[in-house]
Amino acid sequence: MGATEHLSKQFEADLDATRTRVLEMGGLVEAQILAAIDAYASGDAALIERVIENDRRVNAHEVAIDGACSHIVVKRQPAASDLRLIMAVSKIVTDLERIGDEAEKIARMAKRIHEEGGGPFAQRFPAIRHAAQIAVRMLRQALDAFARLDAGPCADVVKEDAAIDDEFRSVLRSLITYMMGDPRTISTALEIVWVAKAIERIGDHAKNLAEQVIYIVRGTDVRHSPPAEVDREVAKE
Amino acid sequence: MPALSLATAVETRAGAAPSAPKAEARGLSFYYGEFRALKDLSLVVHEHRVTALIGPSGCGKSTFLRCFNRMHDLYPGNRYEGEIRLYPDDANLLAPQVDPIEVRMRLSMVFQKPNPFPKSIFENVAYGLRVRGERSRRALEDKVEAALRGAALWNEVKDRLAQPAFNLSGGQQQRLCIARALATDPELLLFDEPTSALDPIATTSIEELIAELKKRVTVLIVTHNMQQAARVSDYTAYMYLGELIEFGRTDELFIKPRHKQTEDYITGRFG
Repeated sequence: MGATEHLSKQFEADLDATRTRVLEMGGLVEAQILAAIDAYASGDAALIERVIENDRRVNAHEVAIDGACSHIVVKRQPAASDLRLIMAVSKIVTDLERIGDEAEKIARMAKRIHEEGGGPFAQRFPAIRHAAQIAVRMLRQALDAFARLDAGPCADVVKEDAAIDDEFRSVLRSLITYMMGDPRTISTALEIVWVAKAIERIGDHAKNLAEQVIYIVRGTDVRHSPPAEVDREVAKE
Repeated sequence: MPALSLATAVETRAGAAPSAPKAEARGLSFYYGEFRALKDLSLVVHEHRVTALIGPSGCGKSTFLRCFNRMHDLYPGNRYEGEIRLYPDDANLLAPQVDPIEVRMRLSMVFQKPNPFPKSIFENVAYGLRVRGERSRRALEDKVEAALRGAALWNEVKDRLAQPAFNLSGGQQQRLCIARALATDPELLLFDEPTSALDPIATTSIEELIAELKKRVTVLIVTHNMQQAARVSDYTAYMYLGELIEFGRTDELFIKPRHKQTEDYITGRFG
């Protein structure tokens, strides 16, 4: 990495523009999750529609950034950290786009839950909001790490994924209890399961992002490695 | 079928295990008069592999290549320090008692611009064999054909071997030079920017040929084209101001170089 700039100003500008656009897309996706979770809590119909509508913007970002990556490969044949950046960006946008899809899914579920009058029931699971907060924090940390090209915080992101999984299981357990006690809750409870699952998936995608940042910065592929190994890689000088 | 681990998959992708060394520079320095053009260079050239030398103009990569066939001996005031050992016999090519002509019997060189002799296609390839005392017409014909086949040129020229070499296209002339280099059965083939005067199609055919040649010989290639180094070589050495900055497996060097200087050069950040 380093502070040295490319001899080609155009190449430098193209890479910068791509990085900036990834961060814009990341910001949009983060806002989508927050809005979707608010919509889940409030049932605000306008907010729900906005989240669903905005997913098209997320998709447009994905297509545009992938196109920019192809252009850079064709024009510059990037090597070393540039190559790793382009390869990683092309995977990162896929994860961001899927996070966008999960946010949209949450919004759609929120719509159904509230239309069926399940709003008050949905309020009984604070773990949902808690898990969503962890997911958003993971995403934000991974995007910050990407912006600063700093592998440091990435190990934490990878570790935090386990916390979301715990929250998911806890929501599932209490939902099962409700469903067994009162079968009338089953329909709404199943929709809440989908919401919880969507948040859990967002955590997985944020973890993937963090792994890609480690690849860009360190050149080491840590996918499918246990968190302890990721920790060791990041701690290396 | 044994389970394929991720590690095995990565190893397989990275290519075969390192081969035995064919040549080795040890503490090599070279002086053009007072000017020290190579500084204490040590590097192993692996057998049946392609090793690429890259670096900005003036970094000493061509100077290094020319040490191998003692080309610098042609000018007074040039001086070598250190050794270049050629295996398996472990001979130091640079030892004063070693005759440069002997060295050049074991190595061949292909230059930037195709430089066929003003002779027929056949005689170009036969030349080195005749110099080495081959007189039998039959043996010459066999060896010329084998060399031309080895250089992927036989099918294009077999019906016009008596024609002047200058009638061939640039790419064909370069392959003729490779055939000429191959005819004498060298152990090490030295390429000094062999495709810089060629169009992309001729360049591709030379690169394909290099991939084929390494089954028979060891190849050391100087190139200005980093993508070419990435395409054709198994090992890459990055040089700067007469020093060897980094040497390693080509895929590693181009994806994850260890030195910032290498990184800056291969990503076009070099000022």
